[in-house]
Amino acid sequence: MVKSTSKDAQDLFRSLRSAYSATPTNLKIIDLYVVFAVFTALIQVAYMALVGSFPFNSFLSGVLSCIGTAVLAVCLRIQVNKENKEFKDLAPERAFADFVLCNLVLHLVIINFLG
Amino acid sequence: MMAGGGVRFLVLLLVVAICGAASVIQPISDSHRSAALDVFVPVDGSYKSLEEAYEALKSLEILGIDKKSDLSSATCENVVKVLGSSSSTLKDAFYALKVNGILKCKTGDAVPKDIVSQLQVGVKDAKSLLDFYYAVRGLVLVKEQFSGIDLSLGDAEAIFRSIKALSQSDGRWRYSSNNPESSTFAAGLAFDALAGVISLAPSEIDQSLIQTLKTGILKLFDSIEKYDDGTFYFDEKSVNAHESQGPISTTASVIRGLTSFSASESTGLNIPGDKIVGLAKFFLGVGVPGDAKDFFNQIDALASLEDNRFSVPLILSLSSTVISLSKKEPLKVKVSTVFGSKAPALSVKLAQALKSGSKDSSVINNQELKFDADSATYFLDSFPKNFDVGKYTLVFEILLDDSTHEKVYITEAQTKVPIAATGVISIENAEIAVLDSDVGSVESQKKLDLTKDGAVSLSANHLQKIRLSFQLTTPLGHVFKPHQAFFKLKHESQVEHIFLVKTSGKKSELVLDFLGLVEKLYYLSGKYEIQLTIGDASMENSLLSNIGHIELDLPERPEKAPRPPLQPTEPYSRYGPKAEISHIFRVPEKLPAKQLSLVFLGLIALPFVGFLIGLMRLGVNIKSFPSSAGSAISALLFHGGIGAVLLLYVLFWLKLDLFTTLKALSLLGVFLLFVGHRTLSQLASASNKLKSA
Repeated sequence: MVKSTSKDAQDLFRSLRSAYSATPTNLKIIDLYVVFAVFTALIQVAYMALVGSFPFNSFLSGVLSCIGTAVLAVCLRIQVNKENKEFKDLAPERAFADFVLCNLVLHLVIINFLG
Repeated sequence: MMAGGGVRFLVLLLVVAICGAASVIQPISDSHRSAALDVFVPVDGSYKSLEEAYEALKSLEILGIDKKSDLSSATCENVVKVLGSSSSTLKDAFYALKVNGILKCKTGDAVPKDIVSQLQVGVKDAKSLLDFYYAVRGLVLVKEQFSGIDLSLGDAEAIFRSIKALSQSDGRWRYSSNNPESSTFAAGLAFDALAGVISLAPSEIDQSLIQTLKTGILKLFDSIEKYDDGTFYFDEKSVNAHESQGPISTTASVIRGLTSFSASESTGLNIPGDKIVGLAKFFLGVGVPGDAKDFFNQIDALASLEDNRFSVPLILSLSSTVISLSKKEPLKVKVSTVFGSKAPALSVKLAQALKSGSKDSSVINNQELKFDADSATYFLDSFPKNFDVGKYTLVFEILLDDSTHEKVYITEAQTKVPIAATGVISIENAEIAVLDSDVGSVESQKKLDLTKDGAVSLSANHLQKIRLSFQLTTPLGHVFKPHQAFFKLKHESQVEHIFLVKTSGKKSELVLDFLGLVEKLYYLSGKYEIQLTIGDASMENSLLSNIGHIELDLPERPEKAPRPPLQPTEPYSRYGPKAEISHIFRVPEKLPAKQLSLVFLGLIALPFVGFLIGLMRLGVNIKSFPSSAGSAISALLFHGGIGAVLLLYVLFWLKLDLFTTLKALSLLGVFLLFVGHRTLSQLASASNKLKSA
């Protein structure tokens, strides 16, 4: 039983990978960016857990910068994805412009909060 | 405790005494002489300017203090330098000559020719009153100090007229013909300058000119200012003049001008005598000024009054404004000139003695004072029977024996002096009693002897009253109402309560109903010390007596009642310095070790490296970067713009403030919007073409 479950899991992962390999490269770049952002945030959280949250605003701005940009990247991915019929009329360039603008605004606030 | 109260009382008495003394005018005395040495202190053996040197030397000379030898070398050097130079200003030359008059640096035939010709040219070319003043008075000083020199003024009457042209119809003068502002200070300078012209003139000045000037002087006296006690002074009408003079220097200037004017011509001035005495009283009433300029003006003006040709004021002064009736002290009065020198033979009459605060007629009428030739004082050794303790206003009149003196000396018609008569007040029927509140029956009663600290011991509860009463009578048997009559209860815990004893009718009485006072006493039961204070400025036996103590039995303190305030352990400590306030700042939390932070900084870079590796593995390229020159430039500008905004954010973090950042950001934002729109629309059209193809 145990073997079969691990095999099932392996099958599941393999099918997921094969399905994912079909994803267009630009979406993969965005995914990579999201992963990068989340990992950066995680390292900061680990640092906070290790030494304490003394300059709390600095910690918050650091983590929120990563999380915020990750969320914005996810939004970009949704809009750029051709499978999503909802955003069919939206040019990917327009979506990228939105992404850049939102990031700039986000980081203005983050820097203000950084102290 | 006794000592503390005594000190406070003494302070009060001193204050009363000082207030009394302030309103009494004394001639210039040794206190002025010792103050002069402090006020006119030269810096490093010389004064800052010749003007200051003159003021100091003149004041010290008038007061009879010889400091010339200490100052002469450095100051004389300065004087000789100014007098030897042909480029000195008129003002410097004037003050150099003034100092030379005192120190005699240069005398006799050694005439400073340059200066004389300069002053003569100054008189001719003078445009303003100050030029006239310095030049003319300078020439007068040369005439006084040096011999054998021709000081012809040219046309003296023309100069007289051109100075006279600056006078105004109200008796004041302008500084120059193109300045509409007129000034009382300038009037004094003008009189001085005109007196100089008269004394320098080779022939007599036209009498009609002098006569119009005299009417102008009388006009000026119409604008004299006045205090209620007969003090007169001059002051500037307008205060907005850039070099506005105070009343002391203004009055001094006028007096100087008048004395030198009256000295220079023979017919004499007819100035009302009470105003002359009033002016003298003004300067004496100033006391001892702390400012060198004021000090000089005061002393110099008084010296001018002491030695003038119109009338020398005589000042009446009292040795003491407090008269003790119990010691049978005589009332002593001195009459002298402003510098305390002897007056001619005269008689002093005490015209009236008015008791303040009562409408009774005068206690003393027209009593002549006896004269003691040794001490040059006039005294009244016995007071009439109805002269009681209290405050009086004494009205003196001075009559000169020799009528020829009346032309030289001038006195006030009546001199009013406030005095206080003190005596022993008898205290009778002093008693303290505890009463039952409802019926008013006497529970216990004690006679008090207030001269001793009696050990009266009483006890009472909150349903009872305490009554204190006494009678105060003056030596003549009148009821006496003291300024201060306090009854003090002091608990063991140092909490104090003070009550006022009121005088009504013959008796002074205080009734304390403890029922109404329990809250004020903070419900504190126990032993209270009783203290009685009776004091007055005219009471010689003012007292502070510890009567004894009272044991109070008060109800328990309810929850809501206020607690007694904390008493300082030392009664004077509340006047001492307060405890230093120490500020508590938030202690910054401990920061982690630097290495650890640096390690995590490196760790932060790892996901970015991973991101780059991932991008390479995905085979990312920049093939769709536009190749045509125009669009490549706009794409580069777009990326550069984003980079610039991020750089701006870094600067914002490091040093800029929000407003500068937002201003720069709005500019960058517009630029970015433009190039971004261009780049992205080109990309979009390219991809659309690709699709359609």
